[in-house]
Order: sequence, then structure tokens, then C-alpha cells
Amino acid sequence: MTKTIVVTSGKGGVGKTTTSASIATGLAKRGFKTVVIDFDVGLRNLDLIMGCERRVVYDLVNLVNQEASLHQTLIKDKRIENLYILPASQTRDKDALTIEGVARVIHKLKKSDFDYIICDSPAGIEKGAKMALYFADEAIVTTNPEVSSVRDSDRILGILQSESKRSKMNEEPVKEHLLITRYNPARVKDGQMLSVDDIVDLLAIPLLGIIPESPSVLDCSNAGKPVILDEESEAGQAYSDAIDRLLGEAKPHRFMDAPKKGLLARLFG
Amino acid sequence: MGIFSFFKTGKEDQSASIAKDRLQVLIAHERTGRSGPDYLPMLKQDILDVIKKYVAVGDDALSVQLESQDNCDVLELNITLPEEAESDEESAESARRRAMERRQAANAT
Repeated sequence: MTKTIVVTSGKGGVGKTTTSASIATGLAKRGFKTVVIDFDVGLRNLDLIMGCERRVVYDLVNLVNQEASLHQTLIKDKRIENLYILPASQTRDKDALTIEGVARVIHKLKKSDFDYIICDSPAGIEKGAKMALYFADEAIVTTNPEVSSVRDSDRILGILQSESKRSKMNEEPVKEHLLITRYNPARVKDGQMLSVDDIVDLLAIPLLGIIPESPSVLDCSNAGKPVILDEESEAGQAYSDAIDRLLGEAKPHRFMDAPKKGLLARLFG
Repeated sequence: MGIFSFFKTGKEDQSASIAKDRLQVLIAHERTGRSGPDYLPMLKQDILDVIKKYVAVGDDALSVQLESQDNCDVLELNITLPEEAESDEESAESARRRAMERRQAANAT
């Protein structure tokens, strides 16, 4: 059974593409045949984060328009077995996507025995974003501990509940997961940043993970490597934990507390 | 938190709780907006316009709530009338007169 998971947020710049790349890589590393689709037609970036930007020949729009085959369009990751990238078009706009066209692509992927289809949504609530979430069985709502991001996440949850295929067909609702990114425990401790509990309270959906603010996220995107592959980094470990939870394992949340300061730091920090 | 921060009151740093309070109000408001049918905001505006014909009230005088109980939907209207409309006959009279004039003006156009 193929599972389709959308990574969405409403607001831009909160880490959707970083998350899509790491979630897809993590699932593939655990042995699942996984494809990650960039739905941001016109503003393709997943290829850069995955480090395969020079290998893009055909794209999602070509596939939707039946100008290229699935085999021609999918880019096989060079590091991880079982991982494929389906890039967005850079020259077309979002109107190039239709429900019927995307349905055909999803159907082809299901027939090719993919275990997971990860849909990287564009920001906003327009056609591209709605197209990315339409076929979702599960949704990872990426949220920063910041007012506008939390509000937009709530808005996108409303859209998931009313405009996804599952809601329109009166099927079991899309399973929602909250992923908090760019979390800074020290600022939470000082009362300057919304805490995990605050956000879970406000959005009222189950918590999949907390990704701490970490310099390795930028390092990895500079290098075109999903941060989950940086196993030394806190962000990489946090994504790895999130994969375990996504697969049904109950794991305690980490990286919620500020590191303890030494005596000198406490006096002069 | 160095030794110097002991002299601070510590109150100005609690912006996260302000954020949470603001979001709680806003999200609750936006959720009621999206759970109801599309016509609810327009219905609210029309009802408000009708009330304004007779009583001088502000835009926040009317709250509309749609609740689903078992098999029936309950539309609850809450209208807050201004206090002087009850206590002061004169101003109520003048409000009625003003409303009447407004209606006549509207009919004339």
C-alpha cells in the first residue's frame, strides 16, 4: 500500500523543502521505496536541497502533459538506494497542473510499487498548494514557533479538512502531524518564544517532532545534502526520531530543553 | 541571565505569553468563520443592517453563532442594544427618528 504524505505549512520559509528532503531520505534509508515530488512549479528548489540540480532533464509538468515517461523524469538519488526525486518545472506556472494530470502521476507511482510519495507543497493556499495536499493520506504541518506561522498552519489545517480528496469523498480524514522547526529552547526558557506546549495547545494536533534551530541545516543545504544524513547534528537526529514516530514508534521528544550553562556563563552570559 | 539581569524586573521578556493569548483569540475566531456555511458572514451583515434601521448600534453589536446539535443546527443571534435605548426615552425616540429618516432617504434613491 502506497502512502502519500504532504509536507505543508501555509507560510513560506518555515522549512517545508528541508523537511520533505529529510523525511523522504529517512524513509528510503529505512528501506522503503520513496519518491519526493516538488509541487512548487516555477520556483523549483527541492533539486538544490537534494543536490541533484544538474541532473534535471524532465519535470513534473512534462510528466503531467505526457511529454516524458516516469522513468525519464524520476531522478535516482546517488547516496541512498530506493530514493527518487521528481523535480518541479522551472519555466511553467502553477496553472500547468490539473487534478486529473496529478492523479495520473500518482497512479503511475503507485503502480511502480512506491511505498511512500512525499509531496513538497509550495507556500500559500493557492492552486499549487491545494494540488500538493489533494491526494494526501497524511500531512506533516511544518510550523515555526512564531505567530504568523502558527496562524497559517491553522488555516492550512482547515483546508486539509475541507479540500483534500479524503474530505471530498467522505473518507477517513487526512492524518495530521505537527512538526515544529527552528525551535530555540533557550529563548523559550526566557519567555521570548512560543513553547512546544503552547503550539500543541493552539493547533491541537499530534506532535511528530521538534527540530531545533541548528547551523547544520544551512551547512547541509549549502552542500545539497538532506540534513537527516548529518547524523552528528541535533537537527539530523531530530528528523531521524520523527521518522521513527511516523512509522509508529513511540519515542520521547528530545531537544526541548536549553543546555545547562556553566557557572561563568551564568554569571556573565 | 548574567548578574546584571537580576536587577531587571523580568516582565518585559514574556512576549511568548502575549503571542499565545493573541493567537488563542484569533484562531478561535477564524475557526468559527470557516466551520459555518459560506453565507454566514453575509447573513450577519444583512441582519445587522436591519437592526441599524431601527436602533443605532455599532458593528460589534451582533454576534452570530451556528451550532450543530444532533440533527439540528441552531443559529444563535446575540444583539447588544445600547444602554440609553432603554433608560433614555428621548434618545431612543431620536434614534428611531434618525432611522426613519435614513430609511426614507434610502427609499428616495
